[in-house]
Amino acid sequence: MDIVALSRLQFAVTTMFHFIFVPLTLGLSVLTAWFETRYVQTGDETYLRMTKFWGKLFLINFALGVVTGITQEFQFGMNWAEYSRYVGDIFGAPLAIEATAAFFLESVFIGVWIFGWDKLSKKAHATTIWLAAFGTNLSALWILIANGWMQKPVGFVLRNGRAEMNDFAAVVFNPYAWFKFLHTVTSGYVLAGFFVMGIAAWHLLKKNEVPFFVCSFKNAAVFAFVSSLAVAVTGDFHAVEIAKVQPTKFAAMESVWETQKGAPMHLMLWPDEANERNAVATASVPGALSFLAFHDTNAEVKGLKDFPKDERPPVLPVFLSFRIMAGLGALIAGLAFLAVIMPRWSRFVDFKIFLFIMVAAIPLPYLAIQLGWLVAELGRQPWAVYGVMKTAVGVSKSVTSLQVLGSLIGYTALYGLLGAIDIYLLVKYAKLGPEKSHSGMIPAKEVA
Amino acid sequence: MEMLQITWFVLWAVLWSVYFMLDGFVFGIGFLSGFIAKNDTEKRVLINSIGPVWDGNEVWLLTAGGATFAAFPTTYALMFSYLYTALLLLLFSLIVRGVSFEFRGKIDSPLWKSSWDTAIIVSSFLPALLFGVAFGNIFSGLPMDAAGYHGGLISLLNPYGILTGLLFVFLFAVHGALYATVKTTGELSARAFALAKLLWIPLLLIAVVFLGYTAYATKLYNNYMKVPVLFVVPAIAVLSLVAVEGFMMLKKPLSAFTASCLTIVFVVVTGVAGLFPNLIPSSLDPAFSLTIFNSSSSQYTLAIMTVVAGIFVPTVILYKIWAYRLFRAPVTEKDVLENHEAY
Repeated sequence: MDIVALSRLQFAVTTMFHFIFVPLTLGLSVLTAWFETRYVQTGDETYLRMTKFWGKLFLINFALGVVTGITQEFQFGMNWAEYSRYVGDIFGAPLAIEATAAFFLESVFIGVWIFGWDKLSKKAHATTIWLAAFGTNLSALWILIANGWMQKPVGFVLRNGRAEMNDFAAVVFNPYAWFKFLHTVTSGYVLAGFFVMGIAAWHLLKKNEVPFFVCSFKNAAVFAFVSSLAVAVTGDFHAVEIAKVQPTKFAAMESVWETQKGAPMHLMLWPDEANERNAVATASVPGALSFLAFHDTNAEVKGLKDFPKDERPPVLPVFLSFRIMAGLGALIAGLAFLAVIMPRWSRFVDFKIFLFIMVAAIPLPYLAIQLGWLVAELGRQPWAVYGVMKTAVGVSKSVTSLQVLGSLIGYTALYGLLGAIDIYLLVKYAKLGPEKSHSGMIPAKEVA
Repeated sequence: MEMLQITWFVLWAVLWSVYFMLDGFVFGIGFLSGFIAKNDTEKRVLINSIGPVWDGNEVWLLTAGGATFAAFPTTYALMFSYLYTALLLLLFSLIVRGVSFEFRGKIDSPLWKSSWDTAIIVSSFLPALLFGVAFGNIFSGLPMDAAGYHGGLISLLNPYGILTGLLFVFLFAVHGALYATVKTTGELSARAFALAKLLWIPLLLIAVVFLGYTAYATKLYNNYMKVPVLFVVPAIAVLSLVAVEGFMMLKKPLSAFTASCLTIVFVVVTGVAGLFPNLIPSSLDPAFSLTIFNSSSSQYTLAIMTVVAGIFVPTVILYKIWAYRLFRAPVTEKDVLENHEAY
């Protein structure tokens, strides 16, 4: 493989690995903060134990999200030096703001939250986890403002041999970035909801701590269901924005070859990239694609043939990723709806098939989220910055493919090992269940 | 029009020096943990002494990196790609160090814990050394010209690079030992204090050699010759280093730690002030040096980022001071044994 392919593969490996942990951090920080707030409001010990139990899993997951995040910031310069040099004037700013405005908030208040149980009042302590959760979500905003700029570059001029920012507000309020942000964080909330529900269901199957896990399940179900609706709505807005500003990505998502008005959506569809057509295209809903793209059944949808071959993304992976993601999204929303309804039924905890399904559903949002990233990033290809800079020219000139091969092997081995350990610990502590005592909360002198 | 570049040069120096001041003691405690702590509980006390703050300290690195990207994108791009292998080792170390703190206490097995103990030592020592080597090479210049970069990992390990690496290792060792002295109690604190005293002597020797060898290996002193008042900076660094020993003799570890903070900041500023207006000089031809003028972002971006930094950096400093004050009490064995949330 050449340097570009290796560098892209490494970026994919490190980013997708990083993003195994980030969505859970986004959602579970909010859920944990919610549990602690309920404890402060009601004084109910169950909520305190929930805060501690889910908080512990949150922290095991958080650790890997943090350390793999360092790689993310460094590898733009390490592997994509020409990219960094060309767009740094505009792309560096949101990254630097992310660090100063969000990472500090997140890291400092997580530290205070972990170690501050007996040093702060209940309210102040609950505030620290909210601040950390806010920092986490804020960091997602800034990184997606940076990514949104790669997708839909705004607020810049090409000058002095590079892209220079001339409108900061346009970059910050780029609609593309905001749709992506809302779609991403709400997906993270869904994932966290399913994580909590799945583990709760596992314990309910074993009749462990039934009130504790029923309470966890109910809270997580509402959170996941509301968020799954938000994922669908923001996904719809996002698709409209993509159709408008990234026609090649949209055409690849739906495998559209010919530009057409009133474009149908094919429920059965298989692209034939080599012959620039679809091998299968049946079970069609007339005008549905135009409606999805422009909220107008007669609107014109651009086909891939309108674009030179070297400006098209790889169709099959983008198409499949999008289809499976959307299908999983619908399935997840349906499950979340059932999860809200079911606990109203008194024999819910005996409904083993349902509980088993909820355990088995834990990986579904993870899969959907990874596929969503593939749509977003593969669909942008061959561009690093859509319409402005191709990925291939962004690679570092001074780095050899042997170096990248070495670092790719190193990352894969290290991440593989740490990922395995992290999942092992998550499973171990998830199975262990909540601690009976919670002396951390009660001042030491009262225990003695 | 040059004000913004100069502002960001100063900020660049501040971010790196604050980063080294804060993560320096975490590195020091990390690689000295095997010498200071004698059993599992003592190791836990050490790790918990940095527990609430290490992650926030590391963010200064991300901010320094992000600031380099935003304000001097060409320097960011070339510095990070030229130092590829060294940075990779650094990244792997920082990754392992971070999870070590979190994972170590999660399984109650001697093999598990001793594995992470080793990981903490190695992953704390390597960054201390590598940062020093990297900055030594930045001070002396990288072999770069129109054709690009002509160095590699081995060429970084030149005598001046290694000397600066050792300087950083010993600075952080004394710094970490003093932090451990202040933040622990009893025998553990006494052992850390004795180690700080012991390590101060080689540190002084290395610092003296460094200041002398810098005249030979780098052009840093050119700026000092032009503006002699700048000599105040290395003078403060030296005085602070001497004050560390003075306060240790007076048995005032907190004051010694404060002096050690100043030493680290002023050592970094000594180097960076000598670089001005370069960020990374070329050792081959000054025409290819990366300066704050030929590698900076546009005036517009620099102005925006100045406002951002003006708002957030002071805010961060305020809540970090609050957090440090909240956890100012030393960590005791009783704390870690009774607290279920502790590492």
